Amino acid sequence: MDATFFMNVISAGLLTGLVYGLMALGLSVIFGVMRVVNFAHGDMMVVAMYAAFLLFTKLGIEPVPALPLVAGGLFVVGYLLQRFLINHFLEVTEHIQFLLLLSVAMIITNVVLMVFGPDARNIQLDASFESYSLGGLVLDKVRVIAAFTAGGVALLLWAFFRYTTTGTAIRACADNPVGARVVGLDVEKLYAITFGIGTACVGAAGCLLLLLVDVHPHLSSDYTLLGFIIVILGGLGSLGGALLGGILVGLSEALSGVLIAPSLKSMFSFGLLILVLLLRPQGILGKKP
Amino acid sequence: MSDNTTSLSASRTITRRQFTTAAAAGALVTTTGLPLRPARAATPLKLGVLLPRSGHLALIGQACQRGAEIGLPMLKDMGYSVELMNADTESNPDVGRTQAEKLIREGANMLMGAFDSATTLAIAGVAEQKGVPFVVNIAAEPKLTEQGFKYTFRNFPSAGMLGKGGLLLYKDMFAATGVTPKTAVLLHINDSFGMAMLGGINALMPKLDMPFTIVETIAYDPKARDLSIEVSKAKAAKADFVMTVTRLNDAILLVREMVKQQVETMGITSPGSPGMYDKQFVKALGKYAEYCSVNIPWFDPKQEMAKTLEKTFEKAFPEESFDLNVGFTFEAVLIAADAHKRAGSNDPQALTEALRATNLAKRAMIGGPIKFEANGQNMNLRSAVVQNLGGKPTVVLPTESSEAKLVFPMPAFKGRT
Amino acid sequence: MSALFQDRRAVLLLGLLAILALAPLAAGDYLLSILITVLLQAYLGMSWNVMMGFAGQFSLGHALYVGLGAYAGGALFVHYGTPPWIGAIAGMAVSAAVGAVIGTLGFRFKVMGVYFALLTIAFAEFTRVLFDHWGWVGASSGLFLPPAPNNSPDNLWLLRGSTTMFYYVILGMTAAAFWFSRALLMRRIGYYWQAIREDQDAADALGIDVFRNKMIAVLISAAMTSLGGVFLAFFNNNLYPESIFSMHRSIELMLGTIIGGIGTLFGPILGAVVLTALGELLTELGAHIGIDGVKQIAYGICLMLILVLKPGGLWPWLRKLLRLEGDGR
Repeated sequence: MDATFFMNVISAGLLTGLVYGLMALGLSVIFGVMRVVNFAHGDMMVVAMYAAFLLFTKLGIEPVPALPLVAGGLFVVGYLLQRFLINHFLEVTEHIQFLLLLSVAMIITNVVLMVFGPDARNIQLDASFESYSLGGLVLDKVRVIAAFTAGGVALLLWAFFRYTTTGTAIRACADNPVGARVVGLDVEKLYAITFGIGTACVGAAGCLLLLLVDVHPHLSSDYTLLGFIIVILGGLGSLGGALLGGILVGLSEALSGVLIAPSLKSMFSFGLLILVLLLRPQGILGKKP
Repeated sequence: MSDNTTSLSASRTITRRQFTTAAAAGALVTTTGLPLRPARAATPLKLGVLLPRSGHLALIGQACQRGAEIGLPMLKDMGYSVELMNADTESNPDVGRTQAEKLIREGANMLMGAFDSATTLAIAGVAEQKGVPFVVNIAAEPKLTEQGFKYTFRNFPSAGMLGKGGLLLYKDMFAATGVTPKTAVLLHINDSFGMAMLGGINALMPKLDMPFTIVETIAYDPKARDLSIEVSKAKAAKADFVMTVTRLNDAILLVREMVKQQVETMGITSPGSPGMYDKQFVKALGKYAEYCSVNIPWFDPKQEMAKTLEKTFEKAFPEESFDLNVGFTFEAVLIAADAHKRAGSNDPQALTEALRATNLAKRAMIGGPIKFEANGQNMNLRSAVVQNLGGKPTVVLPTESSEAKLVFPMPAFKGRT
Repeated sequence: MSALFQDRRAVLLLGLLAILALAPLAAGDYLLSILITVLLQAYLGMSWNVMMGFAGQFSLGHALYVGLGAYAGGALFVHYGTPPWIGAIAGMAVSAAVGAVIGTLGFRFKVMGVYFALLTIAFAEFTRVLFDHWGWVGASSGLFLPPAPNNSPDNLWLLRGSTTMFYYVILGMTAAAFWFSRALLMRRIGYYWQAIREDQDAADALGIDVFRNKMIAVLISAAMTSLGGVFLAFFNNNLYPESIFSMHRSIELMLGTIIGGIGTLFGPILGAVVLTALGELLTELGAHIGIDGVKQIAYGICLMLILVLKPGGLWPWLRKLLRLEGDGR
C-alpha cells in the first residue's frame, strides 16, 4: 500500500462524498426551514434515479443533461406533497410527522418495486468504463463529472438563498415563521417551495448517483439512513454542513474500507453518527439549538 | 393404520376425525390433516414449488420457476405425471416456512425449492416436522445435509463440494493452457453463501496442494453500492489473477470497476458462484464480460436431455438466460416425478423411500447418475469451467463436455473491441 | 355503572382468552402459525408500547433487542445446550444493559425526539454489522438451531416441539405481557410516565425523577422485547443478522401498535390482528393477480390513513363504539 494507492482511495472518497453532500442538502433544507424530518428522502432519491434511468433508456438523454428535468419533476412532487399532505401535519408531535413520512416512504418504495421489479438497473455510457490517469492517480471519469456537477448545483442553491427575493423570504420564514406571517409573507407557499427545493436537490443527486451506482428499490432505506448520518454529522439545517458531512462520510467509508475491512465500513458510519449525536448533537457546523 | 406414525400431536384431533375414512381407503393419513386421496400412481404428484419469486432474490426465483415449468411437457412425454403447486417465499425465510405449511395443508405430497440457503433451511425444518419429502433444487448451505434431516434431498453441491470442485478445476485450467499463475486475490461477498464458500476454500487450499497462493482476501458488504475501494485494494495486492465469490449485481460492479481502475490480470474467475454467467452480466458489461469464467455445475452439452431442454427454452423465453438455475430446478422436478413413478403412490413415506433409491443416468447437468447418499446429498455432481465466449457462457472444461477451448490468460481490457 | 363496564371488559377479555386457548382444537397447523404471528406481533408491540406509548420515548431500533434476545437464547442453546428459559435471562440482561447504555447516553446528552429515534436506529444497524462479523454466533452465515426430530414429544423446557406448543407459549407470553402492562399503568410509575410523556418539563417541575423513570421504561421494554426474540429464535430455528436486526423489523414491530393505538393496552393486539389479517388477505390476492409488493403498499396506506383520520389509533375509537369506557384505555 503506497502513497498513490491512498491518493486514489482518498480522491474517490472525496468525489463520491460531494454527491452524497448534494443528496443530504435536500434533507437539510427541509429541516432547516420547517423542522420536518423527511423520512421518505431515500425513496424520493430512488424515484429520481429511476426517472433518470427511463430518460436515458427511452429517450437517450444522459443523466447530466437530464438533471434539470428530473429535478424539476421532483420539485413538483415535493411541492404538492407539502401542500396537500405534510402541511396539515406541521403542528402535530414530532413522531407522528415522522411516521407520516415513513408511510409515504413505504408506499413509494413498493410502488417502485411493483413498477420496476426488484432487479438492479444501470445505464451504460461511453464514459462508464473510462478514467483519467494523472501519474499514478486514476480518476474515474463519471465520478469526476458527478462530483463537479454536484458542486455546481450546491453553488446555485447557495446563490438562490443568498441573492433572490424568494430565497431571502424563505430564510426569514426559517428564522421566524410568526414574524414572516406578520410582514405578509405567504408562509404556506414558501414552505411548499422549500419542500420542492429539497426534493429537487434529491432529484439532482439521484441523476448523478445513477452514474455511480446501480439502482434498485431497496436502496431507498440505505440512502435515507445515509442522508441522516450526513446531515447530523454536518448539522441539520446547515447547507455547508451537509456538504462537509457528505465529504466526511465519503472519506470515512473509503478509508475504513482500506484500513479495517470493506464489509465493516457501514458500521464505521453508524459509529460516527452515534459519536456526533452524543458529543455534538447540533452537528459540526450546526448552531446550538 | 400403524402407518400413522408421522402424525404430530398438533394435528391429532384432525387425524382422529378422519381415521375411519383413512382406514377405509387403506391409505396413510398425512400429518396435516388434509383430505385423503387414494394412493394410486394414476394420481399426479402434487409438488409444492417454493421459490423466491419476489423480494431481493426475485430475478433468480423467476428463473428457477421457468426451469420448473419449461420441463413439464417433456416430463409428460416421458410418462411422468406431476402437478406444480406454486408458492412465493418472498425471499424471506419466515414466509418460506408458512408457505411450506400452507402447501402441505393444501395437499402437496412433496416440496421443492428454494434457492436461498436460509429459506431452504426453514423449509427443511417444516418438511422434517411433517414428514414430507423435500427436494432441494439449489442451495449450498452445508448444514442442509449435515443436520441429519431424513426428508431432505439435495441435487446441488454443498459449499464445500462446490469449493473443492471449483478449486480442483484450476489445476485442469492451468494444465490445459500451460500457464500457471503464482498468486491470486480473492474478493467475496460477506453473506451466508460467501462465508460458506470462503470457509471451504480456506480449508481446502493447503490440502489440495494448489500451485498458487491467495495473497489477499477482501470481504464486502452485500449491501455495498459501490466497490471502488475494494477493487483499489485488490489492485494494490498485485496478484496474478482474481478470484471472486459473488452474486449478480456485485459481479457487475466488480468487473466494471476493474475496467475503470485498469486492473489488468490473467483472469477473472470464480471457484463456484453465480453472477458472471448471467445474461444480465453480459448485457451490462459487453466486451468486458468476455473471458470471465466460473467453475460451476452446468448443463452437459453432450446430453440429449440438455439439448432438448435448451431448444424448448430458447423458443419459449428467447430473452432469458438458460443457466444452472433453470437446469437444476428442472432436474429437481425430474427427480420428484421419477420418485413418484417408482413409488406408485402419493404417500410421503413411500415417496421418501423412492427418493432414497433414485438412480437417474439420463439428466441435463454434467456428472454421473443422480444418486443420493444416506444424508440426502447427490454424490455424482461435477463442476465445469464455464467461460463467456462470444457473449455466451460456454463449457470449456472438462474436455469430454467442452464446446470450445479455454482462453487463459485473458486479453487485456485495454484495446478490446 | 363503572363497575358494570369494568366487568364487561373483563368478561370480553376472558372470552377472548378462552377462544384463543381452545383454538388448537379446531385450527390446523397453518392457521396456528398465523395465530402465532399475530400473537408475537402483539407481544412485541406491547413491549415497544411500554417505552413509546407509556413513557413517550420514540424507539425506531427495537429490532436490536429482538436480535439480542434471539442470539443470546439461540447461541447459548447451540453451543452449551442451555435451555432457552435460562438463555432468556441472559438475553434480557444483555438487552437491558444495552438499553441502559442507549438510554443513559441519549437522556444524559439530551438527545430527544427524532434524534433519539435515529440514535436507536444507529445502534441497531451498528449491531447488525457487528454480528455479521462475529464468528461465535455464525457471522453472516447465520445461526442454526437443530429442529426437533419428527415425532418427538414436546419439550417445553427446551422449547423443542410442535406448533401447538409454540402457540401456547406465545399465548401465555402475550397474556402475561398484557397483565404486566396493565399493572404498570395502574401503579405510580404509570402515572409518572404519562406525566413525562405529556410534558417532560412540567413533570420535572413536579419533582418526578424524569431520568430514572425514563430509564426504567427503557429497561423494561428492552427486556420484554428480547424475550420475544428468544421465542422467535426457537420458533424459526435460524437467525441471520441481516433479517433479525433490520430496520424493516423495527418498523413492522411498531406498526401494529400505532394502528391499534399507541399507549393503549388493547391497541397492540387489535393492531396485530388487523395487520396480519390484511397481510394474509393481500398475499392471497397477490398470488391470484400476480403482483408483488401490494402488501407493503397496503401497510403504508393503512398507516397514512390512521395518521390522517384516527391519529390515536383504532382501539380508542372502537372502544367508544363498543361503549367500553372503563379507565380510559
